[in-house]
Amino acid sequence: MASTQDTIRDFILTTFPGDGTEPAPDTDLLDAGIIDSIGVLTLVTWLEETFGFTVDDEDVVPENLGSIAGISAYVERKLTESGTA
Amino acid sequence: MNRYEHHLTLAAARRPEHAAIVHGGARTSYAELDAAASRFADGLVEHAAFANGERCVVFLDNRVETAIAIFGILRAGGVFSVINPTTKTDKLAFVLDNCEASVLVTQASLAPVAFAAAARSPSVRTVVVVDGLPADAPAAALSWEAFNAVSVPGCAAARPAGIDIDLAMLVYTSGSTGNPKGVMMTHKNIEHAASSITTYLESNEDDVVLSVLPLSFDYGLYQLLMCVKMGATLVLEKSFAFPQKVLPLLAAEKVTGFPLVPTMAALIVQIRNFDPAWAQSVRYITNTAAALPPAHIFKLQELFPNAKVYSMYGMTESKRCTWLPPEQLARRPDSVGIAIPGTEVWVADDEGRPVPPGTIGELVVRGGHVMQGYWRNEEATAKTLRPGRYPWEKVLHTGDLFRMDEEGFLYFVGRKDDILKTRGEKVSPKEVENVLYALPGVREAALVGVPDPVLGHSLKAIIVRDNEDLDARAILAHCRAHLEEFMVPRTVEFRDSLPKTSTGKIRRSVLQAEAEGRAMPQEDEAAA
Repeated sequence: MASTQDTIRDFILTTFPGDGTEPAPDTDLLDAGIIDSIGVLTLVTWLEETFGFTVDDEDVVPENLGSIAGISAYVERKLTESGTA
Repeated sequence: MNRYEHHLTLAAARRPEHAAIVHGGARTSYAELDAAASRFADGLVEHAAFANGERCVVFLDNRVETAIAIFGILRAGGVFSVINPTTKTDKLAFVLDNCEASVLVTQASLAPVAFAAAARSPSVRTVVVVDGLPADAPAAALSWEAFNAVSVPGCAAARPAGIDIDLAMLVYTSGSTGNPKGVMMTHKNIEHAASSITTYLESNEDDVVLSVLPLSFDYGLYQLLMCVKMGATLVLEKSFAFPQKVLPLLAAEKVTGFPLVPTMAALIVQIRNFDPAWAQSVRYITNTAAALPPAHIFKLQELFPNAKVYSMYGMTESKRCTWLPPEQLARRPDSVGIAIPGTEVWVADDEGRPVPPGTIGELVVRGGHVMQGYWRNEEATAKTLRPGRYPWEKVLHTGDLFRMDEEGFLYFVGRKDDILKTRGEKVSPKEVENVLYALPGVREAALVGVPDPVLGHSLKAIIVRDNEDLDARAILAHCRAHLEEFMVPRTVEFRDSLPKTSTGKIRRSVLQAEAEGRAMPQEDEAAA
């Protein structure tokens, strides 16, 4: 089974292909021009649908959603909190 | 009658310690901005042998160095062009070549694109790199620090920079096809537009403006230009991707002016934890690029109780065309108002003559803010700038369809080439989209016409929804309740997102091309 990070990376790569190069786990997705404000919304919707938790407004910050590693850590944390991990 | 950079000299003399720019928590005073711009001008002269009238392209994020470069270029007698940092190599190379830029300013994170583009542009003599020079930099590259270190400080100021009818900037803009066009603006054009806009916004030196709009976009650029003119403060951010990071700055910096585009408004109105404290100091909100759906206007007014909301319309070719006095908003939320102060506009027939109220025609603009033309593109210039009242005068044909009400207020109807025909009736996609936006749960909407042998166009609504419960039946029922029968879409398609320009306009033309099964040339994302 794919790890959370792989699932997230695949989603980013297919949804926001950019110039086709794969971002490193800690690449700043905004600085790299991979996602923009609409991209962030798309990402939030996908996270909610895929992992079954609600992304609170306060959670929509670069620390949680700015990089693949950041998103993975955030998802793991949310899943642990909700007891589904 | 001064060149535009003179405003920086004046502001630095009048209030040297006052913050000109706040970016990433750092504050740059007017004295500091003034001195840095002079150093950059000297660098252009000493390190790049920059001559009067030469072009310098600024390919940077929203940051202090962008502002320094803009005013430094003007002080050296040059012409600046700010290019969106998301621009790719081919496009940047086109711009460098088109304007025959002699200097390119960029930053380390954009260096791969900048170096590749510069290598293809023989006119570029020097590349200046902020954030350190990468190891693979070409010989012609200098770090920002090295470029700003000069042996003869004041060498730029020692020579005449020019006068106010000189070209000051090129703003690259694109239509739905072809290469971007460089809109030529003189110092006098900028002064005219900035004076007009600061008049109706009642701008003053104590304003604090928060802008996340790219400085490559004229709406973003003018936030800087107008703040410097007033001696006011610009809080500069580079994106609105994380509203939770940006909105608290409104309170922290006691922001008075907050320019928006419709996408930002759409994000703001759906924030569940909006803190009323954020909105307290804001005395005005502006919107342009595309009209706000009335539902969003009303919600913004609720969230920002102390702010006047200005609906505006403009195009790069004249910066701004119209504004709606805020007190009219409740009565005519869908109007973009009247001509900006010191200019004239009218709705014209195919011959350019004014048509009566209620009749749809092309908006024509007259005034000192109208561009001088497109850089080295006489064909496009001749289509847009047509003979005016006097032998020397040109008026701007916007290509946008409008109608005027009995009291002289204007309403945007659509792009001349946007209008759909169904059952022989003309349908403005925007009119239908406004109705769609009024339905709770509709986050984004675009109306396209699918070719149909019987109807001409069969109307299809493409919707991004907030929740899955909103189905096609509910949307069509809502349309039937609010639109004439011929305007009601036949079908509804749901998507996760709609294509947009970098400035947040939904690219309906792309969706329309898709509906017609034709390929759309890759439109310029950078310089909308």
